[in-house]
Amino acid sequence: MGKTIAQKIFDAHLRDTPTPDNMVLDIDVVMCHEITTPIAIMDLVEKDMDRVFDPTRIKAVIDHVTPAKDSKTAAQGKIMRDWAKRHGIIDFFDVGANGVCHALFPEKGFIRPGYTAIMGDSHTCTHGAFGAFAAGVGTTDLEVGILKGVCSFRSPDSMRINISGEFAKGVTAKDVILKIIKELTVNGATDKVIEFSGPVVEQMTMAARMTLCNMAVEAGATSGICAPDRVTAEYLWPYIQKDYTSIDEATADFSKWHSDDDAEYVSVIEMDVSELVPQSSFEYKPDQVKDISELAGSPIDQVYIGSCTNGRIEDLRDAAAILKGRKLATGVRGIVTPATPLIYSQALEEGIIKIFMDAGFCVLNPTCGACLGMSSGVLAEGEVCASTTNRNFNGRMGKGGMVHLMSPFSAAAAAVSGVISDPRDYLN
Amino acid sequence: MKQFGGPALLLDRSDINTDEIIPAKYLTESSKTALQPHLLEDLLLHGKPFNLNDPAVQQARVVATRANFGCGSSREHAVWAFEVNDIKVVIAQSFARIFRQNMFNCGILAVELTENDIDRLFNMKGSLKIEVDMEGSKLVAISDSSDESNEEFTFQLNDFDRSLVEAGGWLSYADAKY
Ligand code: SF4
Repeated sequence: MGKTIAQKIFDAHLRDTPTPDNMVLDIDVVMCHEITTPIAIMDLVEKDMDRVFDPTRIKAVIDHVTPAKDSKTAAQGKIMRDWAKRHGIIDFFDVGANGVCHALFPEKGFIRPGYTAIMGDSHTCTHGAFGAFAAGVGTTDLEVGILKGVCSFRSPDSMRINISGEFAKGVTAKDVILKIIKELTVNGATDKVIEFSGPVVEQMTMAARMTLCNMAVEAGATSGICAPDRVTAEYLWPYIQKDYTSIDEATADFSKWHSDDDAEYVSVIEMDVSELVPQSSFEYKPDQVKDISELAGSPIDQVYIGSCTNGRIEDLRDAAAILKGRKLATGVRGIVTPATPLIYSQALEEGIIKIFMDAGFCVLNPTCGACLGMSSGVLAEGEVCASTTNRNFNGRMGKGGMVHLMSPFSAAAAAVSGVISDPRDYLN
Repeated sequence: MKQFGGPALLLDRSDINTDEIIPAKYLTESSKTALQPHLLEDLLLHGKPFNLNDPAVQQARVVATRANFGCGSSREHAVWAFEVNDIKVVIAQSFARIFRQNMFNCGILAVELTENDIDRLFNMKGSLKIEVDMEGSKLVAISDSSDESNEEFTFQLNDFDRSLVEAGGWLSYADAKY
């Protein structure tokens, strides 16, 4: 019987099998941010276990609330900073160099095909876009990861989603994943890996693949995963050129992390995107999704463009295509946060920041900001936000606020019209 | 063998997420005990906010709920918020993976019952007390209502999860073993 990508990665990292259903894996990269890590650090210190398994395999960033907004977040940042220093963690990204973890770490080349990665963050599944097994974990798993470089998982049953067809204008990877979550429901992929495959995925940029994998957890999945190919090799080339003589060679080598033709899946879903139209969530669960036209006309108070889902340069370009020459509708607040400093500089060079500013947007530094309702654009009771983020839970962006998840095109269309709108009406 | 059980709080909803169990604004707290008053603060039951001051909430030692409990953010704070409120058993039809793992990683119990059994539990009248027999992989629900008899339920616990509970959590287990 053939193996899936996830099984191959598990086999290559297996440290222990405490029971037939549980596998303890060696972890290549343990990623840390300032919301879930400080409490792990303090617990390790308290237990006299303040050690790290390998400082070069720990990557740390302050991204959720940055620069610090108050004494408590300042203290969290300081705990991270001091810890990174005392253990010689070189890949630590602080104010000025920091950005949203799931955009920053891939950009730095930290994730490679065949890797295992964990982080105290549910959207760690994003990194599966590189053909890695990447899973969000809690603080205790994170502590064990930091201390021992291992983590335990149940066997990685995979479901495969084959995506084919041609995107219509104004339709993006975000619309695809929203539609998939609607079909699967919020627990349709619990304890499973979702393998995204098919011609549409093969043609996708790494940014689009990351958008897909990012929201796998919203259907309950442990990790999203895409087969690593030439697109992956090209993206990673600056970091892997010492290991390979050419991109071709890297691409060929990556194919060892492809699922076998006779690999076994718990289910295989075929999806044709040709008829897909822009999507938006409604109410408070990410599987509550409709064609955006069905929600058209409902008023919004704020537009938020950014996050690990859609804060990459490709996303800002999409939004700018609609915002160019237009203004925010009266009474609507626009907030954009390029997900990393590199994306910010690219957006500056390409004139995209100016387009956002001319439209009346507030341009934030790279941060998670309002995505999780902790800073930089928290909603008031009863307010509505059109957002490119990934979660619309009750209270997510602020108590009593409502979030509609959508693509950057759709968020930009909402920004200029003041109501949820079909972005295709704004694209020529 | 550890003892688990006590007065039960029934949350009749599926897909209760960790933002509802403990909102993100409390993630800057540096002690677990600081989470204590905020458990389930943003929970909506039947579209309405949940009354945190209800004595049933204060007395609860067990929580029972429906499908996909603990979905969303990976925050272990959600588990700690139960722990510091002395709730060391959550019973559900199913759990989100990270939440379930976090429970066992902390050495406390996430018990899955079938949909039928969950219905049977939710259909019981009166206030319930639930006693868990880990060794026997079963639990008993006892009602304070005179016209309700005790109901017994069996569950399965993976051996590894059982050993995490016995070891007092994943950190002590992993530290001893790897
Ligand atoms: S951008 Fe939002 S979803 Fe992504 S890591 Fe930050 S808080 Fe989490």
